[in-house]
Amino acid sequence: MDQINPVDPAEAPGKNRLPLPVFILAGVLLVAFLGFLYMGLQRSQQGPVQVGDSMPPIILTTFDGQMIDTSEQKGNVVLLNFWASWCKPCESESAALQSAWEYYQPGGQVLFVGVDYVDTEPEALASLQKYGITFPNGPDLGTKISQMFRIRGVPETYIIDRNGNLAYIQIGPFSSSEQIKSIIDPLLQ
Amino acid sequence: MKKSTVVLGIGLLVILLGFTFTGRVQAQEQTPVVVTDDQVNQVASQLYCPVCENISLDVCPTQACEQWRSLIREKLEAGWSAEQIKEYFAAQYGDRVLPEPPKKGLNWMVYILPPAMIAGGALLLAWIILGMRARKVAPVSAEQTPQSSGEYLARVEEELLKRKGE
Repeated sequence: MDQINPVDPAEAPGKNRLPLPVFILAGVLLVAFLGFLYMGLQRSQQGPVQVGDSMPPIILTTFDGQMIDTSEQKGNVVLLNFWASWCKPCESESAALQSAWEYYQPGGQVLFVGVDYVDTEPEALASLQKYGITFPNGPDLGTKISQMFRIRGVPETYIIDRNGNLAYIQIGPFSSSEQIKSIIDPLLQ
Repeated sequence: MKKSTVVLGIGLLVILLGFTFTGRVQAQEQTPVVVTDDQVNQVASQLYCPVCENISLDVCPTQACEQWRSLIREKLEAGWSAEQIKEYFAAQYGDRVLPEPPKKGLNWMVYILPPAMIAGGALLLAWIILGMRARKVAPVSAEQTPQSSGEYLARVEEELLKRKGE
């Protein structure tokens, strides 16, 4: 008996398969989209920096044009204070910070750096003058430094030890210069 | 009247007129550009407060926003365009002050991927629909014509008769 072959569905009339480049393009787009979503998700879920984290170099240009690079401060303790002229609690801690700075400055083992967070320069300079702040201060251009520390607000202070690791985080203002000294002194021993 | 007195008078007049015109020129140079609140708000509405969530600078009530509006006013008075002010704010406070991410680097993904995926989906859909329509109107092959079906049935009947005979 003669065999009657059924019609191959693949060869059925009107059947159209997507060309391979279309599949590849769709795959690439999908992967790119998922990758993009993943990056955004990862970024949004990143928590704040933790004590013990090794800190990348922080470069800040002060209001008077001086360049500060914390990578050149290995062996010294660095105190980074995020503040703004519109921030009322920042005003309350400025005296404590200045007093502690005057205490440590002659020793040359501690550097205080003020990072002016999303502020306007005239108001920032007026604020520095008003509170007699003499330690280096500069704007956080493009909020790059605050993003690096993923700060939640101002004032916030980060103290980096002699090895370049984050040693202390102060959320909110310091209450006194004694509080600052009680944190920095052990790091100098 | 002596000639020297006339010359002196003319000289004094020239000096006086000179001062008058110089004063006018200086006054014109010192006239500040008048910037209205509407102009400030028009630029402020295109910028977002970097420390508040999703609040544009024109409606933000904080002291910080007040300072930024003053800054916008200063820049407008200095003759800056809205675009220059926006660029300045982005450089100072980060891209988050802008209503949409600037078209650079990875940000391009935001602009390219969604339309590309929508276009790709539309093409795929069109491809599938066209394929389905082509299948519906596909010509019937010669093997499937009634004639060939008839031949086939005749052969089947012939086979059945043969088996019946056995």
